[in-house]
Amino acid sequence: MINLFNYIDRPSPIHRLTGACKLICLILWTLAAMTSFYTPLLLAMTVASLLLFRIAKLKVKDISFVVGLMLVYIVLNNVLIFLFSPDHGTSIYGTETVLLKLIGPYVITAEQLFYHLNVILKNACTVPIVLLFVCTTNPSEFAASLNRVGVSYKISYAVALALRYIPDIQREYRDISLAQQARGTEMSKKASLVNRLKAASTILIPLILSSMDRIETISNAMELRGFGKSGKRTWYSGKKFSKMDILCIILCVVLMALSLLITFLNGSRYYNPFM
Amino acid sequence: MDRDVIISFEDFGFQYDAQAEPTLYDINLQIRKGEKVLIAGPSGCGKSTLAHCINGLVPGSYPGKISGKLTVAGKDAMELGLFGLSKIIGTVLQDSDGQFIGLTVAEDIAFALENDCVPTEEMRRQVEKVAELVDVKGVLHHAPHEISGGQKQRVGLGGVMVGQVDVLLFDEPLANLDPATGKQAIVLIDEIQKRTGCAVIIIEHRVEDVLYKTVDRMIVMDEGRIQYDGDPDALLCSELLQEKGIREPLYVTALKYAGVELKKEMRPSYLPELTLSEEQKEKVRAWFEAQPPVVEKEKQEVLLKAEDIDFTYDGGHHALRGISATIHKGEMLSIVGTNGAGKSTFSKVICGFEKPQKGVLTLHGEDLSGFSIKERADSIGYVMQNPNQMISKVQIFDEVALGLRNRGVSEEEIRPRVEETLKICGLYPFRNWPVSALSYGQKKRVTIASILVLDPEIILLDEPTAGQDLKHYTEIMDFLSELNDRGVTVVLITHDMHLMLEYTPRAIVFHGGRVIADKTAAEVLNDPAIVKEAHLKETSLYHLSALCGIADPQEFTRRFIARDREVRK
Repeated sequence: MINLFNYIDRPSPIHRLTGACKLICLILWTLAAMTSFYTPLLLAMTVASLLLFRIAKLKVKDISFVVGLMLVYIVLNNVLIFLFSPDHGTSIYGTETVLLKLIGPYVITAEQLFYHLNVILKNACTVPIVLLFVCTTNPSEFAASLNRVGVSYKISYAVALALRYIPDIQREYRDISLAQQARGTEMSKKASLVNRLKAASTILIPLILSSMDRIETISNAMELRGFGKSGKRTWYSGKKFSKMDILCIILCVVLMALSLLITFLNGSRYYNPFM
Repeated sequence: MDRDVIISFEDFGFQYDAQAEPTLYDINLQIRKGEKVLIAGPSGCGKSTLAHCINGLVPGSYPGKISGKLTVAGKDAMELGLFGLSKIIGTVLQDSDGQFIGLTVAEDIAFALENDCVPTEEMRRQVEKVAELVDVKGVLHHAPHEISGGQKQRVGLGGVMVGQVDVLLFDEPLANLDPATGKQAIVLIDEIQKRTGCAVIIIEHRVEDVLYKTVDRMIVMDEGRIQYDGDPDALLCSELLQEKGIREPLYVTALKYAGVELKKEMRPSYLPELTLSEEQKEKVRAWFEAQPPVVEKEKQEVLLKAEDIDFTYDGGHHALRGISATIHKGEMLSIVGTNGAGKSTFSKVICGFEKPQKGVLTLHGEDLSGFSIKERADSIGYVMQNPNQMISKVQIFDEVALGLRNRGVSEEEIRPRVEETLKICGLYPFRNWPVSALSYGQKKRVTIASILVLDPEIILLDEPTAGQDLKHYTEIMDFLSELNDRGVTVVLITHDMHLMLEYTPRAIVFHGGRVIADKTAAEVLNDPAIVKEAHLKETSLYHLSALCGIADPQEFTRRFIARDREVRK
């Protein structure tokens, strides 16, 4: 079964951090990566994020589907940037070093390539961290941590439940799909795209209907046990911050400050090797 | 008012906003502290709505018009509201999977405490205590899919007990459990009631199973009204349960067939204390002798044969080990066993949904391994347990025609075939209705029709009568027997011991991925070792025959079943 966004339970120091700490670090890390185009910093963060990924004992094959999705996104993003503004790099770095002339305005310059490298690095240093957070935080701790950083607990719980039900719904999709295939619905590549879309609808309708039943049961069960009666709630899986948590948050605050400091000292968000 | 009364309905009525008629009329009912009450009634009698009124889902989640008065713990229920009521009344829902909120057992038990803002440390202590009480301490950190159905129900019970409620309300607690686990659930409810002094309300149409332990009072509902409220023994002496379409305990029915006049003093509501005079026992023996012996159908040629099938899921879970079984043409048989015994996996292997790693499956002697799901489906039809998982069209006609259209059959041929099938299934009058307007039982028929229209030789049904009351159960099963009489081979995957005894001469018993028995249903239920291993439950008829000194309980059961089917027809 495809693992979309699931908690993967393995003993590692990253798993032991509290959800709230990881969420705060994730936000700080992403902000630091977003504000800066300072290449050495992005490079260092990319290396660090891959290293953290190793520390968490996650393997690419655990999340190959999501990684594939991300790669498609990165490629698409870069192609679109080039199509719409092929001279963006030149306007940022102020020089123009032509490497190859294509048709019309499309000219490959060293500046543009360098700009693309920076865009890729930005993705490469944030994506593993996001996956790291999702895969090492179990859904209920995830809800607790969202709540701790100020998101309403009802929304937090809804998000956590949705994450939790993904595997169930995948299983149900498979059962329904098999039963439909037995009635002769062709789902394989033999059928045309239109027919496959039609076939998918014969699975989606029962899936949606049975999911509605499931939602009714769970929301009744939750209300009957007092969910939503007051503005606050506590969490069984809530953990107190450990020294390690505080250390991680401090490191991320330093990282954020460093990113801002570099921008300030450099006078620009961009690291410019061309001048 | 009596100070001991915890729930009191006075001239209470309720009508859902979406419905033209009220669901409850003139309810006058009192539940006292520490009392154990069984509420029974056929589907649609209003018993679930009554439960929703008690726990506040009506009008909290299901709005409607209320008349009369409902008082809980001395306060008006409307003022208490859903959350106020949840502090007094703990509800264990029917679907023990669906009501599992937490990610682990511990979190699920803690859920009510979390909502009460109990500090984490205190919460952990209380969860431990309750886990001990409902005996799930060993699995506190397990996820829902790692524990058994019975354990899930214990967790559900723990989850409401942690709130220190005064009333425990069980909405069809036996619906999703195998027979032995259901028995344990009834024992557990009894123990908890005795230990905590909570009032217990059980809503269930499986009266005999609940009466495995005594109840203080029984309430019978029908058409939104209370038809009986009083002593269980007196109720069983009357004909009321039968009249209202509720199955009375089998031994009670058997005594009535034998012409024994039941009296309250004989304790008919609690089998271990049932007393019969010598004269009455003689009556039962005489009745047994007078019934004609049951003749079994002769077996025909082999239709489907499984030889030494092994199957392991991707995750390494070994689901089937060396399964060999034969299904004869024109047979009607049961596959029974606990959840996870391998019976569903076996049916998936037959349909080609899963490919076995080892073993051969043949139909008419022809190896099926090269056949696709669709090709197998031409001969083997599979009906899923939940009709909502199968129905994908808005109109009944289109739903039944789907399989034929997918096979490229012409519209001129489809119409008569679908109409013929709809007639067989008793759905012809509804052919132009939307599926959504049908009842659950009717939807089930639509799914059977949509398979039947493809003219399979075998139909495999997963729990065809789950959650059905006696009337709908009889309808579905008689319909399947008719199909069987027309020559369709019917294979039922079931938990229901009575279904197996009543309708299927033969039973294959699965346990731990193996076949542990393959014999007549009466023989299976008479073998204590198999009954214990496969979590089945012996029927009360065995106890009755022992009590009356009848030497052949199997034959007694068979004759009773044959007689009972005739009477109900």
